Amino acid sequence: MPEMSDDMDEPQTGRQRLLAALTRPGSRGQLTAAILLAVVGFAGVVQVQSTEENDVYAGARQEDLIQLLNSLGLASQRAENEIAELEQTRSSLRNNTDSRRAALEQARQEANVLGILAGTLPAVGPGVLITVEDPTGGVGTNQLLDGLEELRDAGAEAIEINDTVRVVAQTSLQQGDDGGIVVDGQLLTPPYTIEAIGDSHTLADSLDIPGGFTDGIEEVGGNVVVKELTTVEVTTTRDPTQPEYAEPVETE
Amino acid sequence: MIAGLGLLVGIILGLMLQPEVPLWLEPYLPIAVVAALDAVFGALRAFLDGIFDDKVFVISFISNVLIAALIVYLGDKLGVGGQLSTGVIVVLGIRIFSNVAAIRRHIFHA
Repeated sequence: MPEMSDDMDEPQTGRQRLLAALTRPGSRGQLTAAILLAVVGFAGVVQVQSTEENDVYAGARQEDLIQLLNSLGLASQRAENEIAELEQTRSSLRNNTDSRRAALEQARQEANVLGILAGTLPAVGPGVLITVEDPTGGVGTNQLLDGLEELRDAGAEAIEINDTVRVVAQTSLQQGDDGGIVVDGQLLTPPYTIEAIGDSHTLADSLDIPGGFTDGIEEVGGNVVVKELTTVEVTTTRDPTQPEYAEPVETE
Repeated sequence: MIAGLGLLVGIILGLMLQPEVPLWLEPYLPIAVVAALDAVFGALRAFLDGIFDDKVFVISFISNVLIAALIVYLGDKLGVGGQLSTGVIVVLGIRIFSNVAAIRRHIFHA
């Protein structure tokens, strides 16, 4: 505790003493004072800085703080609502994408099926390879058409003749002028090879029935060899034809 | 002269180092600084009165700081830390004012 005496009857005045202390490098007392003042200055500055750093709300009144807290709570609630909304949007979008992907997949499969049926896509699978030799020139459209019908009846899914013509719904057969058969406008000459994809056993059997395809060919002097294969490649394709007159009927 | 330099050195050190106040010291530092300021003004007044004694200054400085910290600590423990801190600040403030008034009379004779 510093002294508190207040008497002013000193020979030297306080002002003179202060001036003397400021002009002379001081005594032991001044050194002590210097150390303690350094401590005070250091602590004071540190305290001021730490106060400036983190005490934005230290001086605020209670009501202000409550209001602040309330508004922060509201803001966070709003943000949470927004998050929930966005998550919902995201999940619905994801569902959308999923269903669209499923629809696309289905459409693609359907396109594949239809493409094979319409002959626009090459196909591969088990089936039969039929070779028809015609040394006498007796094999005509009747016999060939018979064979194709038998194959279709037996469930052939893709049929190709001589690796050049794909047999589809619109395929037409015509007798060639100088032998051979015109299929879809292309002249085919013997020997004819017919590749059909389907259940190979059923297809082979269907051709062998009495009075059927094989019999018919042999009747006119031809020769039939049927091979059951595990992979038959039908590589010929047709360009899809746009129907000119027929239009799909709208179904509800 | 050296005393003034000491104060300057302390302030510059604090500005340059920018130390973090340890958490346990945080409630005591403000009060301790005010108590130390009281000791400093008291010493300046004693010096102007011609009765300055460095031993007394050191002891008053340390005891001021310690007592201030102790009161705050006690207040915290008793659950009246805020009020007690305010009380200490008020008392120290009054003492600083009276000391500064005496110093003013010495320097300006007014």
